Amino acid sequence: MEKRTTLIGASVPRPDAVDKVRGEARYVDDLAFPGMLHVAVVRSPHPHAKVLSIDASKALGEPDVVCVVTHRDVPGANVVHVIYDDQPALADGVVRYIGEPVALVGAVSRRAARKATLEVRVEYEALPAVTDTRRALESGAPVICVPAAAEGGGNVFNRMVLVKGDVDTGFGQADVVVEGEYETGYQEHAYLEPQGAIAVPDEAGSMAVYASMQCPFYVQGAVAKALGLPLAKVRVVQTTTGGAFGGKEDVPSQIATLAALVAWTARRPAKLVLDRGEDVLTTSKRHPSRVHYRTGAKADGTITAIDVDVVLDAGAYQTLSSAVLWRSLVTAAGPYRVPNVHVVARSVATNTVPNGAFRGFGSPQVIFPHESQMDRIAERLGLDRAEVRRRNVLRPGDRTSTDHRIEESVGIAETLDRAVVLADWAERLSRVEAFNKTHADRHRGLGISCVLYGVGLGGKAPSLDKAGATMKLEADGSVTVAVGTVEMGQGLSTAILQVASEALGIPMERVHLAPMDTSRVPDGGPTVASRGTMMAALAVLDAARKLRERVVAVAREVGIPDAAAAERWSEIARAFWTRNVDPAVEGWAKTEPVSWDPTTGLGDAYPVYAFATHVAEVEVDLATGEAHVVDFAAAHDSGTILNRALAAGQVEGGIAQGLGFALSESIPQKEGRLVVNGLTTYRLPTIRDVPLNARVDFVEAAFPAGPFGMKGIGEVPLMAAHAAVARAVAHAMGRDPARYPLDPPYVRELLSASA
Amino acid sequence: MTSLELTINGARRVVDANPGDTLLEVLRRAGHVGVKKGCGSGDCGACTVLLDGRAVNACLVLAAKAEKRAILTIEGLANGDALHPIQEAFLDEGAVQCGYCTPGMVLSAYDLLSRNPTPSEGEIREAISGNLCRCTGYVKQIRAVQTAAERMRSGRNG
Ligand code: FES
Ligand code: FES
Repeated sequence: MEKRTTLIGASVPRPDAVDKVRGEARYVDDLAFPGMLHVAVVRSPHPHAKVLSIDASKALGEPDVVCVVTHRDVPGANVVHVIYDDQPALADGVVRYIGEPVALVGAVSRRAARKATLEVRVEYEALPAVTDTRRALESGAPVICVPAAAEGGGNVFNRMVLVKGDVDTGFGQADVVVEGEYETGYQEHAYLEPQGAIAVPDEAGSMAVYASMQCPFYVQGAVAKALGLPLAKVRVVQTTTGGAFGGKEDVPSQIATLAALVAWTARRPAKLVLDRGEDVLTTSKRHPSRVHYRTGAKADGTITAIDVDVVLDAGAYQTLSSAVLWRSLVTAAGPYRVPNVHVVARSVATNTVPNGAFRGFGSPQVIFPHESQMDRIAERLGLDRAEVRRRNVLRPGDRTSTDHRIEESVGIAETLDRAVVLADWAERLSRVEAFNKTHADRHRGLGISCVLYGVGLGGKAPSLDKAGATMKLEADGSVTVAVGTVEMGQGLSTAILQVASEALGIPMERVHLAPMDTSRVPDGGPTVASRGTMMAALAVLDAARKLRERVVAVAREVGIPDAAAAERWSEIARAFWTRNVDPAVEGWAKTEPVSWDPTTGLGDAYPVYAFATHVAEVEVDLATGEAHVVDFAAAHDSGTILNRALAAGQVEGGIAQGLGFALSESIPQKEGRLVVNGLTTYRLPTIRDVPLNARVDFVEAAFPAGPFGMKGIGEVPLMAAHAAVARAVAHAMGRDPARYPLDPPYVRELLSASA
Repeated sequence: MTSLELTINGARRVVDANPGDTLLEVLRRAGHVGVKKGCGSGDCGACTVLLDGRAVNACLVLAAKAEKRAILTIEGLANGDALHPIQEAFLDEGAVQCGYCTPGMVLSAYDLLSRNPTPSEGEIREAISGNLCRCTGYVKQIRAVQTAAERMRSGRNG
């Protein structure tokens, strides 16, 4: 591990914030190109239907309309390339969800494009729709997905199994067995900047794409496939990205493909930016889930077995569902030592909008259950809820549910101890009990939750766990760095500058991070799975090592002693130039290969795991059913923290998203139609809803293979927060919720049900 | 199309507008793209500008109604290179992540502090409760407004 010095861990302010506070940062909708068209999408009003005909003549007669594009105009493969290629770019013969793109209008203004979508006549013949996973799994249910994408047969996209030990033996050893059924619904990302992309035809038949996104190389692949171009002819530039949270992992591949199809047809730049309402209705969300969970434990609280059945509602197309489901599978046991494990996980197709990545990626759906089960075991055994967790959390040398023996960087027990101290758990518990004795109208509750998160893509997609960086010493001594993962608000660019400056031994002001452009760096995989900063930093360290070697050599040649290299950096840079020394280097990083066996579900699932424990205190109004978070404590193990302020910012933001998921965020779905009107009815946490007194701390169990010992943090705060809040509400009510969100109607329902 | 005469950040501008155009649309077309569109329905506050000194959602105001009134957008807040104390405080407190809510949040704070130089935490919450932020959990934004208030009271910056 590299030596850690002053810059690492420091709360260095983010350089990218200056343009943002001035209103000068340019997001995709702030950009325009000469001759640019605006794109609007003609979408399916049916959850499942045959498309009999498309007549665009009337729309094409409108004065400002330049083109109408249908599947017939797609020059390459008519797919949105993600994993399975089952989703068409534009419907060809059949539509499978409300909102599916059928045709595109390119016009000189957004208004004209939108208006003309109403003039595109599409004739449909409705087909029987399946909009709920129970129905989709019935025998005799119509198969509504592309059969080739249904690896599990029928409407089952994927079926995965994990078997460790023998659950019958495990339940035989148990003194108590608790069993529960848990459901979660849609969560909308609600990144404040809606989805958008601009495609610009470039020289020599190539295409440039400017877009808001997490995964430029995914977008490059998707656009190349739909246009039938070699990858080298598609250049993708990430614009300043106004939040993503997984929502800009797979969806930008669709948005950019649609913009590119219009740009290609019209041979003009084309911009597609979604309206908020359209964005909420037609883009991916967190998979709704149904989980059945059975846990056996001995009288001392030690878990002997779990048997878990997970069903995720994938929506009409695969997109990332197989990967999301995999994380549900391997995370089902949480951060606990469980000797006997049986998990069956299925992703099921329905005629609804395809679901995709959302911070946590299939794990919140099993965390709500595993933390509820833990509390119920504690209650049955008369044990303290923090104590029962302490008796089960993974320690160095233990084996995870996938039988992965983890030796290093296992800080879950420390996060638990730290959170208990930060929350003043025992004392607070007695205060809560005293409060409840004296208040008949309001009750308080305390909740605790422990989580494990595998950092990176792990055994599901080992070929994506890599990263590249380029580094160039300019003739004046400034340094240009480029990496393949992106800044989307989380602070990656600042952390990368810290790492580069630390490794080169020069001030941060001399290092500049170039905008993300696929033509500048090799494909280094996606900015997902809390891996972005860790992987890019490793690649930057590799590049910096190489550049340092050359700097030392050149310095020697011109008689500058090593110790003076930093002060005389400009002189050395100048010497590179005058002596024709190559000033550019490339860095590369990949994680240790992991081994995982899909038939048993066992193996070393991830290179490393991050951990956290959160404690929430809530107050519930027993009459209205309103729950409010009044206190919060969070302790994280993400290895070494590169920048404390940024890391704390990730935690604070994750707490807000987590409490939203637990308490207010949901979208009802009726026969394939999402009942929601943008942000008017989707209830995001506001500044009134969040705890401002959250105490956040880091235990920093260093990961030796990580940059300066860091691992990942991005998703973990949300994952821990929702369950802590939900369990706090459960504690306040004295009832166990079976579903999210714990909004006032559901809380009232639970309170009125007999105990 | 009609033309409107607007006073944006102290400068008089003549801009083209359709009858139903919102102030948000017109400002963005006129190059003030620091004014953000998060929803277009008055729910997020990303489009906040000051109209005669008061914060409004530009997506809810008809452009024609802004004639003869002073419009301040985020681009008009700094004095050249010198940031406004609120902007400085947002930087210093780490209140910016993706930045999409930032212009609106800063201008809501500006409205508050121009009326109330010593706001309580509750008053700050109230003043920016119409500005959604999906990234930060609001903790550092509250702190930034408090810091800005202190600095503005003591007449110093940074
Ligand atoms: S864009 Fe005006 S309030 Fe959201
Ligand atoms: S910083 Fe991203 S929405 Fe506020």
